[in-house]
Amino acid sequence: MTKEKKTLNLNFGPQHPAAHGVLRLILELDGEIVEKADPHIGLLHRGTEKLIENKTYSQAIPYFDRLDYVAPMNQEHAFALAIERIMNVEVPIRGQYIRVIFCEIGRILSHILNITTQALDVGALTPSLWGFEEREKLMGFYERVSGSRLHANYFRPGGVHKDLPRGLEKDILDFCKTFPKIIDDLEILLTDNRIFKQRNVDIGIVSKEDALNYSFSGVMLRGSGIPWDLRKSQPYDCYEQIDFKIPIGKNGDCYDRYLCRIEEMRESVKIIEQCLKNLPKGPVKSMDNKLTPPPKKEIKQSMEALIHHFKLFTEGYRVKKDEIYTAVEAPKGEFGVYLISDGTNRPYKCKIRAPGFSHLQAMDYLIKGHMLADVPAVLGSLDIVFGEIDR
Amino acid sequence: MDLYKDKMSLSNLEKKINSELTTKINSSRINHDQLEIQINKESLLDVVIFLKKNNSTKFKQLIDITAVDYIGSENRFKMIYLFLSHEYNLRINLYFNINENEMVNSLTKVYPSANWMEREVFDMYGIKFNDHPDLRRILTDYGFSGHPLRKDFPITGHSEVRYSEEKKKVIYEPVKLEQNYRNFDYASPWEGTEYIKEVQKKND
Repeated sequence: MTKEKKTLNLNFGPQHPAAHGVLRLILELDGEIVEKADPHIGLLHRGTEKLIENKTYSQAIPYFDRLDYVAPMNQEHAFALAIERIMNVEVPIRGQYIRVIFCEIGRILSHILNITTQALDVGALTPSLWGFEEREKLMGFYERVSGSRLHANYFRPGGVHKDLPRGLEKDILDFCKTFPKIIDDLEILLTDNRIFKQRNVDIGIVSKEDALNYSFSGVMLRGSGIPWDLRKSQPYDCYEQIDFKIPIGKNGDCYDRYLCRIEEMRESVKIIEQCLKNLPKGPVKSMDNKLTPPPKKEIKQSMEALIHHFKLFTEGYRVKKDEIYTAVEAPKGEFGVYLISDGTNRPYKCKIRAPGFSHLQAMDYLIKGHMLADVPAVLGSLDIVFGEIDR
Repeated sequence: MDLYKDKMSLSNLEKKINSELTTKINSSRINHDQLEIQINKESLLDVVIFLKKNNSTKFKQLIDITAVDYIGSENRFKMIYLFLSHEYNLRINLYFNINENEMVNSLTKVYPSANWMEREVFDMYGIKFNDHPDLRRILTDYGFSGHPLRKDFPITGHSEVRYSEEKKKVIYEPVKLEQNYRNFDYASPWEGTEYIKEVQKKND
């Protein structure tokens, strides 16, 4: 007589500490084996795309900070690039360098958070304590340049809002000197750690074919051995002039993705150092005052500057009728903006392509047949942030 | 600003696709280093399978599916499909227009990742897909009604949620705004703000 097969339904989240935000994962369990996973998302849905349609272009930028809130400036970058390409605006070279520096800072911010919380999910507490100390320093740089630690609103179509404050270049350079040591420390704690390896090696394996089929991008794609990085293949801003490598995994499991992220942080440090070394002098944003506001000093002296200032902060700028898709290599993968402008001062439509959305979709494929305890490990290595998935 | 070093390949691709899929392509153009192709709604699956399987295209990744609401026009929605070919480093956009009540064929059989993307389009625009395995809402609340990204959906929504102290539970109520939603029209009066246009209409 065969025993009737009974599956147990388990609600994982939305308040589970290892769910990385507000994920409600409905698991079908057979004993400890996961048979099916059905992620319910949308608990953090704020209607960003609808709001952007109702705001002027410059009012829309802060919404991008709130998508992937651990690497805010990378998102702003995609939106700024979209507008620049439609309007055919050239960004001054210093502006490009500053943007790349802060994009890479964003990448380190995101990867530290991911690596340390993934370690936390599988039982290691110390990495998060060490890693968050470094994130604090990086957010300090964010604050000094934009005024806020998280929601920076710093990138603008045509460049960046303001030049770097005095002394910041040196401080970032000092950070680049000390930070590789911290990565080494994290690696000592994790890379050869027996428990960490047992929890991650051969867990959540993604084949090359499936990584493409499930629309993976970023580390999820590179971890499976596909050499693809938009910074190299479709370079934007000054990435073409910078020398850096793209780390690639071999087995496509959680452990390889962890190793990729560690190596990417080292490369990011190199990129920042190169940018700081070659940082040219000059303006940081386009001098076209139809797009970027004139300096404050001029407003008090020049009638034209005053008019420009007034027009920019009431009506905003107009973007000619066009459609464009721009993508950047955000820390989590390909972050894209599909922008449709209709010649007014507001976007007609702005579709945001979040990398995490496709990654989380594959949860059922990734976790099927694994143990319940592997769920946090796989979830951690997907690098899920609900700000961007739910939008 | 050239995104791709090998720019020729994009126009080659355009020629190739036009010659191989002649009747299925309505029009094509290269815009911002991406090939935009208008197709017939019925031939969507054929075109997509060709793009994915053909050795000289290899668009193995579906980047995104989205729709646009052109309210008031004959065909209300425009469906947009974005593809990426890693092999040739090219991007292609397919699009076609549909009516409000038309169904679209699902891509889930060709690209498994189309599943959630189509669910999102259904949720946001109310466009239904044939042969979709699991066409539920995805981003909005359980029991939500309406399709938020349609242009006729108010930005304030229809219902709001709060915890009721009397009933000791979370309740849904119609939206009650303390102050009306103010949609400021900042467009230049010289170039025709909405209210000026309305005045002119009355005078005519």
